[in-house]
Amino acid sequence: MLDKNGIAKRIAQEVQDGFYVNLGIGIPTLVANYVRNDIEVEFQSENGVLGMGPFPFEGEEDADVINAGKQTITTLPGASFFDSALSFSMIRGQHVDLTILGAMEVAQNGDIANWKIPGRMVKGMGGAMDLVASAENIIVAMMHTNKRGDSKLLKQCSLPLTGVGCVKKIVTNLAVLEVSNKGFKLLERAPGVSVEEIINATEGDLLIEGEVLEMKI
Amino acid sequence: MINKKVKNVQEALQGVTNDMTCMFGGFGLSGIPENAIAQLVKLDVNGLTCISNNAGIDDFGLGLLLQKKQIKKMVSSYVGENDAFERQMLSGELDVELIPQGTLAERCRAAQAGFPAIYTPAGYGTEVSEGKETREFDGKMYVLEYAFKADFAFVKAWKGDAAGNLIFKGTARNFNPNMCGAAKITVAEVEELVPLGTLDPNNIHIPGIFVQRIFQGDVYEKRIEQRTVRPKL
Repeated sequence: MLDKNGIAKRIAQEVQDGFYVNLGIGIPTLVANYVRNDIEVEFQSENGVLGMGPFPFEGEEDADVINAGKQTITTLPGASFFDSALSFSMIRGQHVDLTILGAMEVAQNGDIANWKIPGRMVKGMGGAMDLVASAENIIVAMMHTNKRGDSKLLKQCSLPLTGVGCVKKIVTNLAVLEVSNKGFKLLERAPGVSVEEIINATEGDLLIEGEVLEMKI
Repeated sequence: MINKKVKNVQEALQGVTNDMTCMFGGFGLSGIPENAIAQLVKLDVNGLTCISNNAGIDDFGLGLLLQKKQIKKMVSSYVGENDAFERQMLSGELDVELIPQGTLAERCRAAQAGFPAIYTPAGYGTEVSEGKETREFDGKMYVLEYAFKADFAFVKAWKGDAAGNLIFKGTARNFNPNMCGAAKITVAEVEELVPLGTLDPNNIHIPGIFVQRIFQGDVYEKRIEQRTVRPKL
């Protein structure tokens, strides 16, 4: 089974040379730590920066340079700043190659819910609805089950949707899955995790074809 | 040069009254119009509709207006950092319209640019698009979203001049340029009001035509919400 860093490490393998990538808050942020250093990738943050670098050294933080999680960051050579409308032009205009974000629920038709739990949590969608409505390539990073042990991979989302039919791939602590028209297609299992365990943790239809290999991380 | 310079924040906010709709630049606490917000607290105007990506934190930013219950309605994309906000929203005292961040930016830009509305794919098929016009273009569905109508836009820039020209710094730029000229009156506050002619015309982010009033803020706290650092090697 993977921990959060393991999920990030596996997703990092999906990042290709020349990609502009938008990372959501939480596990997705960790992906930047594991991208191969022999490829060129630029990270976009929707609050208006392309070419995000690591966190600043202590004493060098700047209130005017933050990421979408409001954390202080640095920029790399070649970076640029821009306004919010231009930032979402990059996103809606499909200039960003890969979007990685977290989710509370994903349905087998690619629907995603990650912004609201009615009556309990209403923080808002931030940029998530723009991202999922437009991105060609969306990977969801999340735990396979929630804190109560319920599956987050469902036949149908129960929470208010963020976007419809948009998720292509999901990487969880248990597996790598792909959205197909017959349900979640199981591509890989996490180290030490059996297909049986994945079946038990998945409420949605699971499509298993042939031998499911263990992921290499 | 058409002079946009006003003496101080008091003069800059003249005409603000109860029940107005105001835009506020900023992302989190970065690039917020600190001086305008402080003055709104002093003026004690209430019933405000605030268009702002976030709602500040309990003791800073728009949180200061929330504490004094000066806000009737918030139009935002993300409001997760504010207890007073959550309390007032759950109790029904505060009306909240949550909209996608890119839609928020584009509804500002539409108002600035003279478009009555825009079509966006964001929120289609979700509760955000309920009751709204939708339309198909090239096989994909889009939602009609209207340009904002606001009385005042309060923005914050790094440098500016008396002509109202503005330059922003880092990610403190965010919604500020999109709100300039998107309301009846745009009030820009700057960290540094520089002598006319010192800003390079090639490097102006927002031309003064979009700004009605400009002043240099007395003080900028520039609070950091999530100070995140790595140890020095």
